Amino acid sequence: MSLDKATIRKVATLARIEVPEAELDATAAKLSGILKWIEQLSEVNTDNVAPMSGGTTDLAQSWRSDEVTDGGMADKVLANAPDAQDGFFGVPKVVE
Amino acid sequence: MTSLTSLTIAEARDQLAKKEFTALELTEAHLQAMEKAKGLNAFITPTADIARARAKESDARLQSGKAGALEGIPLGIKDLFCTEGVQTTAASHILEGFKPPYESTVSQKLRDAGSVMLGKLNLDEFAMGSSNMSSYFGPVKNPWKAKGRSDDLVPGGSSGGSAAAVSGYLAMGATGTDTGGSIRQPASFCGIVGVKPTYGRCSRWGIVAFASSLDQAGPMTRSVRDAAIMLKAMCGHDPMDSTSSPRTVPDFEAVLGQGVKGLRIGIPKEYRPDGLNSEVAALWDKGIQWLKDAGATTVDISLPHTKYALPTYYIVAPAEASSNLARYDGVRFGQRVDGKSLDDMYAKTRAAGFGTEVKRRILIGTYVLSAGYYDAYYLKAQKVRALISKDFADAFEKVDAIVTPTAPTAAFGMNDKQDDPVAMYLNDVFTVPASLAGIPGASVPGGLTSEGLPLGLQVLTNRWDEETMFRVCQTLEEAAAFPSLKAPS
Repeated sequence: MSLDKATIRKVATLARIEVPEAELDATAAKLSGILKWIEQLSEVNTDNVAPMSGGTTDLAQSWRSDEVTDGGMADKVLANAPDAQDGFFGVPKVVE
Repeated sequence: MTSLTSLTIAEARDQLAKKEFTALELTEAHLQAMEKAKGLNAFITPTADIARARAKESDARLQSGKAGALEGIPLGIKDLFCTEGVQTTAASHILEGFKPPYESTVSQKLRDAGSVMLGKLNLDEFAMGSSNMSSYFGPVKNPWKAKGRSDDLVPGGSSGGSAAAVSGYLAMGATGTDTGGSIRQPASFCGIVGVKPTYGRCSRWGIVAFASSLDQAGPMTRSVRDAAIMLKAMCGHDPMDSTSSPRTVPDFEAVLGQGVKGLRIGIPKEYRPDGLNSEVAALWDKGIQWLKDAGATTVDISLPHTKYALPTYYIVAPAEASSNLARYDGVRFGQRVDGKSLDDMYAKTRAAGFGTEVKRRILIGTYVLSAGYYDAYYLKAQKVRALISKDFADAFEKVDAIVTPTAPTAAFGMNDKQDDPVAMYLNDVFTVPASLAGIPGASVPGGLTSEGLPLGLQVLTNRWDEETMFRVCQTLEEAAAFPSLKAPS
């Protein structure tokens, strides 16, 4: 499928990546090239095939008891934050 | 006396035990080599002070008889592994300055085994690439050059800094990570051994995530024995990663020397497409003959869905990446670019922080997961992935190991045209199928092209059967007279 400018704009919004208007055409062309190549998968008959969703097929889901094993390290959690304020992550105002 | 940097891990281990030199002397020799070879740009963050401090601790443990399996061995750590208090960037601007407050399980295990961290190694940004050209911190040079030519070649990727450091004698070994070939392809380009174990052998905790159902850590070394030693120290169940296997980790080194007599080696016809590079094909034939000479039998096999592996990978990996990389939002860590709203801040931060290839993959991943396209792309790819995995399962009913070329070419030039993403993706045509199936794979240097550049052979085995893989690798290494493959100094 060939992607148009509007689709790229929408996907970029979903992905929270600003793509300048001037780069939309070039981005659309590159991504369309990749998608066209990917679409050869439609040749493969996958009727009655269960999807493989993980990296292994032979590992059972593991369980552990639901206990708090960690915590109490707010200073470490905030140490790399671009805008740490009074024990919180600072962000632009979201509530008017 | 041979220089300390030219020893293998096994040799250094034995000589340290005999006190022929100290861990500090061994580390100093490598720090000097790193200083001299700065031009390769293999390291993003050298950690000389940490290395010296840990080497001294190693010497104390060697003195008191408490040496670990890798005591005093200087290693490089790919800058995708979080290291406590040491900048960890994933070669991305968005993580510049990030100092993790914790250590990845694999790097902690290597530290517990007594190894010495020399520094953090360069890579393609977020491990997305096959040339190391996409690093925000600049490309890495391959220590090898073509005969009679002076132009610089790529080391492959994404573990390009790891491969260059080991090949260029700056580190005795290095960690790599492999999502679609990122250990094996650079190992082939740089003439070293690279091992991607079975998915689930190594904990992924603390490794910057790219595609979680594919990512695996592994060793990159100058000998098969060294890879076996290092891998054992890296593996094992970790409560912090529920996909890490509770299986007992075998002593991989113990199987070395068993040879391949009686083993059945599969040769998949799909790995010999029309137009396969003739030198790559010739080396493959040579490898097959070496294994026959050593008593193995070869079996022609078919892995019918091979040609669909790359397109499958370029749905699955970007989809997982788009989700994993959502965490880089300018709030909790890394770089931030201010904006007029929260969403604007996210979009500006991510536009400025990610490089071109990373953005491209996030956009593709977002698209294939978006409403209306999920079934056509993502679900379809997961089904084809199941068929690719089944191809291997069927093959391993008939054979013990599969041998193929690692990469379709030798290392290419840093200045070669690289503006077609799909052409770049083809570098991983032989490595991606095993990644999708979650089976172990290794690359061993097999020989040189007529231009004098290394080419690797790939060995694949069934899940959890790294032992057979190491046996085949060692037979190939011996036949190829691997020690003669030294990077020209």
